[in-house]
Amino acid sequence: MIHPSVAATISARREAGGGVLVGYLPVGFPDLATSIDAAVALVENGVDMLELGLPYSDPVMDGLVIQEATQAALRGGFRVRDVFTAVEAVRSRVDAPVLVMTYWNPVLQYGVDRFADALVDAGGSGLITPDITPDSAAEWMLTSDRTGLDRVFLAAPSSTDVRLAEAVEASRGFVYAVSTMGITGARQDVDAAARALVARLRSVGAENACVGIGISSAEQVHEVLQYADGAIVGSALVKALADGGVAAVASAASRLATGSTLS
Amino acid sequence: MGLRDNQGPFFGEYGGRFMPESLIAAIDELAAAYEETKTDPVFQAELAELHRSYTGRPSIITEVPRFAEHAGGARIILKREDLNHTGSHKINNVLGQALLTRKIGKKRVIAETGAGQHGVATATAAALFGLECTIFMGEVDTQRQALNVARMRLLGAEVVSVTTGSRTLKDAIHEAYREWVTSVETTNYIFGTAAGPHPFPAMVRDFQKIIGEEARQQVLDLTGRLPDAVAACVGGGSNAIGIFHAFLDDESVRLYGFEAAGDGIDTDRHAASIERGRPGILHGARSYLLQDEDGQTIESHSISAGLDYPGVGPEHAWLADIGRASYLPATDTEAMDALRLLSRTEGIIPAIESAHALAGALKLGRELGPESIILVNLSGRGDKDVATAGAWFDLFDEGATQE
Repeated sequence: MIHPSVAATISARREAGGGVLVGYLPVGFPDLATSIDAAVALVENGVDMLELGLPYSDPVMDGLVIQEATQAALRGGFRVRDVFTAVEAVRSRVDAPVLVMTYWNPVLQYGVDRFADALVDAGGSGLITPDITPDSAAEWMLTSDRTGLDRVFLAAPSSTDVRLAEAVEASRGFVYAVSTMGITGARQDVDAAARALVARLRSVGAENACVGIGISSAEQVHEVLQYADGAIVGSALVKALADGGVAAVASAASRLATGSTLS
Repeated sequence: MGLRDNQGPFFGEYGGRFMPESLIAAIDELAAAYEETKTDPVFQAELAELHRSYTGRPSIITEVPRFAEHAGGARIILKREDLNHTGSHKINNVLGQALLTRKIGKKRVIAETGAGQHGVATATAAALFGLECTIFMGEVDTQRQALNVARMRLLGAEVVSVTTGSRTLKDAIHEAYREWVTSVETTNYIFGTAAGPHPFPAMVRDFQKIIGEEARQQVLDLTGRLPDAVAACVGGGSNAIGIFHAFLDDESVRLYGFEAAGDGIDTDRHAASIERGRPGILHGARSYLLQDEDGQTIESHSISAGLDYPGVGPEHAWLADIGRASYLPATDTEAMDALRLLSRTEGIIPAIESAHALAGALKLGRELGPESIILVNLSGRGDKDVATAGAWFDLFDEGATQE
């Protein structure tokens, strides 16, 4: 079992009267070493949990900011095995759970079991899988049960109640509530749909629900944590890293973290 | 159960619905609506009438003896999908899905396109049905198929040039998915080939199987027997599955799909997904895929934009594995030679895509011999490809420009 676990981190923050701030960065952007330093800097500046992205050639759920970063990582020679290097390096330097966000084909080609074992060895907590749903994830369900890895499935405003219940039942760690009908990228207003979706997830038994997509400011983090257990920030951090390097992403994280302590 | 009865979502171990949750509701809605249409006589009658009075179906068959002299004397018969309104088989599928769009009450359609034929067909149907229409096309393709871009705009569609990734068909599909996620309440996605998540592979096949159903009877009427072989080009595979399907349970009929071999399948510039790929997941389905060791999609190459796709429909992957159909390569050069040969011997300029099937038929004829009958799906006409062919064969006068 990985310590601290995703669920334990969320409950600790909840008991303290807040929620978790989850930060996303892709591995290998702008290069492997810097991506590790940047991830460490997130945690040192108030991010509670990391979501490390595995760059993929066909990122259908990503907006332009993340697409550009992950495609740059691929051009820079990113290999799937670099994810385990990154997870291990980050875990050796900071004490926060690390989830890997990955499209499914790279895992499938690496071998689902082999990928899971390597992730456990590196100290990773589990996977967030944006392009498969529980009904298409039979092999991953078995492997995650065997290894104890968390599995985070997505729930969307358009999901039926039956499908929300399936996502809650299948997920471990938390359920990823997609704030709006769209792809990743900063938005001015996080849709009211997020609040409604989290309420629906609660009504079908979700203990931990984190909201992602479109969150880019401390105010939005604060607002989301009024009703959700976590706020996930991606594009805003990636943009800071792209524009100003590790120092910039560190200060972006620190600003965002002011929104994750409820007052 | 015959091979024709497979309705998905899985074809053997291929197919499925590996999609983001955000799109599942829309896909399920489409699948349910499609199921209803199968037994809806009004829908079927409306589609049949559109085929008859708008597309010009049934499309004819044409025997091409002067071309066949170069194919070991085999009899070669073309199924003339090139004569359909809009110039290819794509209209068969689009009219079905446009009717379905109206049935589920959406006012806007989006589509991806490679060569532009599916985009033109979708823009055409959108004009006919009064739907808003946005077409996503890779920047590489908007350049090499500029005429089709203008056609789509003339028909009232918005054309979005996609500048991400390899800037070809696969990236146009991503951009269409991204747009669909954002606008799913008002928008239907008219997918162009027999690939993607369930229900698209089965649905697109069902809308295209009219090709083979007509051709099977037409060949019987003309020759008194079934063909020995059926040949079609395969990118995503909709024209191929369309002509294959009626013959799947005719054991005597051999089925051949010709994949684009670009510069050659032993180079790194080709689009031969079945020949050189291995199973993986792309665009919502498990199928053969050109990918590296890490599962990153490898960019395909073909002179024909319509075959320039690193994946293939799951039913083809299954037919290949069970040995019911054979998938062989045809290079850019072989296709272009066949294009010129058909033009000069028969007065028919085929699409470069379809010319891959013609190149294959020339080889098949030599193998099968003079008594054999080969049915070729001439899936599209070559008007859109004249600029490419002109450059390839050096047909333009130096310095000449068209005003």
